Amino acid sequence: MKRTHIIAIAIIAIAIGIIIATAGDASTYVNFGQAHQMAAAGNNSQIHVVGQLKKDSAGHVVGLQNSADKLSFSFILVDDNHQEQNVFYPEPMPPDFLKSEKVVVVGGYQHDEFVANKILLKCPSKYQENKLKI
Amino acid sequence: MHYFIGNLGHLFVIISFVASLVTAFSYWKNFYSTNELSRQSWSFNGRIAFYIHTLAVLGIVTVLFTIIYRHYFEYHYAYSHSSRHLPGQYMVSCFWEGQEGSFLLWMFWQAVLGIIVIHTQRTWQAPVMIVFALVQAFLASMILGVVIPGLDFKIGSSPFILLRDAMNDPIFKTNPDFIPTDGRGLNPLLQNYWMVIHPPTLFLGFALTLPPFAFCIAGLWLKKYSEWIKPALPWTLVGGAILGLGILMGGYWAYETLSFGGYWNWDPVENAVYVPWIVLIAAIHVMMLTKSKGKGLRTSIILIITVFILVLYSTFLTRSGILGDASVHSFTDLGLSGQLLLYLLFFTVAAAALIIVRWKQLPADEKEISAYSSEFWIFIGATVLCLMGFQVLLPTSIPVYNKIIELFGGHSNLAPPANQVAFYSKFQLWFAVGVALVSGTAQFFWWTRMSKAKLKDLLVPALVTLILFAVVISIAKVYKPTYLVLTLAGVYLIVSNAKILLSTWKVNPSLSGGAIAHIGVALMLIGLMFSSGYSNVVSLNNSGLIVNKDMGTDFNRDNLLLFINEPKSMAGYDIEYRSENVEFRNKKGYVRKNDIEPTNDPYRVVATKDIVYQGKKMYSAKDTFEIYPENTFYEIEMRKNGKVAATLYPRIQINPSMGGFLASPDIKRNFDRDIYTHVSLTQNREEEPTWGKPEEVKIKIGQRFFINDYVSVLEEVKRIEKIDGVELTPEDVAVKARVRVEGEHEPFYAEPVFLIRNKTEVGRIPAEINDLGVRVLLANIHPQTGEFSLLCDARQKDWVVIKALEKPYINILWLGTGVLMIGFGLSAARSIKEFRK
Repeated sequence: MKRTHIIAIAIIAIAIGIIIATAGDASTYVNFGQAHQMAAAGNNSQIHVVGQLKKDSAGHVVGLQNSADKLSFSFILVDDNHQEQNVFYPEPMPPDFLKSEKVVVVGGYQHDEFVANKILLKCPSKYQENKLKI
Repeated sequence: MHYFIGNLGHLFVIISFVASLVTAFSYWKNFYSTNELSRQSWSFNGRIAFYIHTLAVLGIVTVLFTIIYRHYFEYHYAYSHSSRHLPGQYMVSCFWEGQEGSFLLWMFWQAVLGIIVIHTQRTWQAPVMIVFALVQAFLASMILGVVIPGLDFKIGSSPFILLRDAMNDPIFKTNPDFIPTDGRGLNPLLQNYWMVIHPPTLFLGFALTLPPFAFCIAGLWLKKYSEWIKPALPWTLVGGAILGLGILMGGYWAYETLSFGGYWNWDPVENAVYVPWIVLIAAIHVMMLTKSKGKGLRTSIILIITVFILVLYSTFLTRSGILGDASVHSFTDLGLSGQLLLYLLFFTVAAAALIIVRWKQLPADEKEISAYSSEFWIFIGATVLCLMGFQVLLPTSIPVYNKIIELFGGHSNLAPPANQVAFYSKFQLWFAVGVALVSGTAQFFWWTRMSKAKLKDLLVPALVTLILFAVVISIAKVYKPTYLVLTLAGVYLIVSNAKILLSTWKVNPSLSGGAIAHIGVALMLIGLMFSSGYSNVVSLNNSGLIVNKDMGTDFNRDNLLLFINEPKSMAGYDIEYRSENVEFRNKKGYVRKNDIEPTNDPYRVVATKDIVYQGKKMYSAKDTFEIYPENTFYEIEMRKNGKVAATLYPRIQINPSMGGFLASPDIKRNFDRDIYTHVSLTQNREEEPTWGKPEEVKIKIGQRFFINDYVSVLEEVKRIEKIDGVELTPEDVAVKARVRVEGEHEPFYAEPVFLIRNKTEVGRIPAEINDLGVRVLLANIHPQTGEFSLLCDARQKDWVVIKALEKPYINILWLGTGVLMIGFGLSAARSIKEFRK
């Protein structure tokens, strides 16, 4: 075998390795039901759940709990299947949290609570705004 | 309404689009004319058309800038990106905050480069300018804003549309000529000097990938397969430097302005520029090899075309809206996805077809290369770099895969890796080790004819590397195995290139660009490793409070709650939150909010006492002066052994139209480490505070007492003639008490008022000391005993939650960046000189 062939094989092997590793490390969008099943089956990988904050009929966010030192908080997220779940976030509440239309939590189950490592917010963007501020 | 200027701008856009097509056509005719006279006249036409195109681009830029600078808010672009109070230097940033402006910036640079090509190239001019003109036509079409009649299909998004056409606000139905008095303003995160120079640098870098691509295509077309390398190389080198500089400026801006705690977040938008740059670096190396040793021509061609296609791909990713959920800061969708895809596919298909057609004729290298040859090492290095880019490109494109699967009716729930930074770092670190080892070694093979017998020459550098490595790890205390490997590779890269530098410098300093650039890369790698790998959260919470009883406390407690004037210890410093501040408009510095009073104009305030900043008197009491009300700066004092080591002012802007709450850090820069602090939570000022139970004290003038544990004294009580500027009638009686409260750092005065109107009505006006969170009310006067009753109550003190990080040896990263740029500069200067010969 020539040296160039060996190198070519090595490159292909590394590239395949990268693809497999990426597929393995890629997260998934799931709902709380699936996430719970995954956790029950011993799968502790980090997943994305998309949902909305629970609101009462008047449109106020309910189920919000701030810790005494303001450094963490928990809230109720309703996923696309309308399943409710208490989510704990060990960081201060993101300032635009209550205004967000959509919340993506990245994390996993610990016992029966969902612990988020990261929260992504979809806020009403200034670009979608069709009203003038006068 | 200024209709003329917008129409003029739109006209310039159309001219620039048409002129670029005319340029392409003329050069095409020049190329295929058989008659020398018509060749000359077509080439002349092409040049003139490109000049017209360039002037039109300058015209668009001037018009758009005028609209922004003159505050013509009837135009959507001015309204949504600028405002009257925006400082002048940031008007420039408004220009490229929007997608249209950034396309324009890109077009502008390519037009400038095209003019340089016209003036420096004779033989290559026609084919290269055809490629240039086609790229410019595609870009111009993005801002064309022309609706095809009957089809309801819009080409491009014009920066010159009127507000009333962009928004469906009902006011335009009743009053079509309505012009808002002020614009929405520039995103405060972009109000930073780096945002004035970062985008032009980055887009110049993007633009500089076009000439090498155009030369390469021209070479394939004209069948001058290897001749294109020489004129293309200077562009490629300058492009590598400028694009790299642009990326690093972006990182530096993020470090100074965004509050994610670093300079690089592996966000898709960042990856989209990182990948083309990495491949560009690989291309530079292989092109050098092709030029000096005639090897690797096919690889050079493929790489240089890949770089340009990757630039187009990253443009598609960031501007089509496809990243939507995955990225925090990609552009919003302007409905240009189809056009962007066409732009990408046109050049991809055309370049691929040209390569396939010509492939057989391209001179190939001999099949076997020796491990002692420089080309072997350059190929390995280029391969590592390409794999490095591939590893980033693959997961960044996850939203694209989902979209493609959806197009075929499937459903994919693939999401990007949950922890981007950890995911990318763990791969990129090993590629970096590979790059360092290969490029350290390749230098020896490049400059000396290597053989088995000469390998022992490497013994000395190997030994020096080991000694230096031992010194570095013992001083900096590196213990983690992966970091040890990276440090060793970095030190090796420095030592091997230093050896080469010593010998090339003696022969000819202009040859040392490569060695210097590599030393820069090594310094950057080491700086990156320390500042990111050993980045520490220093604001660890040690309050001992259990956060959540069900959860236990096994969470990273990365934030620190600071009450005003209560020191806490952090990273060897005593840290204390002192005040909320705003920035002076006409002077450099900050003023405490408690020392000023508002006026009707939010930009003007009155000083309640002499304003001193950093020991310098800025304004006297009762002066009216101008401030920027949007930003609040939290004064955080850091003391070491009782001495003030630094006062940091991290910033918060509450701006509902920009997405609410925007935090920017402030950085304490030390020689060996930065301490980086940003505000993560502030109190809600709109919420009424909860006051404690009032406590009554009965005291005489001059008597000491306590208000919420602060030593206080009633200094005087005197009669006053007016309250808040309102004159009192002779029957009214009003007295004002002056209570001195000793705060932690300075005394404060509370002046509550007691008032009897019309002989019967009693009024009491409390006085609050914001800094201390206490309130004093003059409840009663007892003339018989000469005593006064004061009601004092307290609320929770003002507070702020901060996060602080330590970035050790970050200066090595910035130093490495500088060294890399010097190396690039030397190499580029040399290749330009060679081209001129």
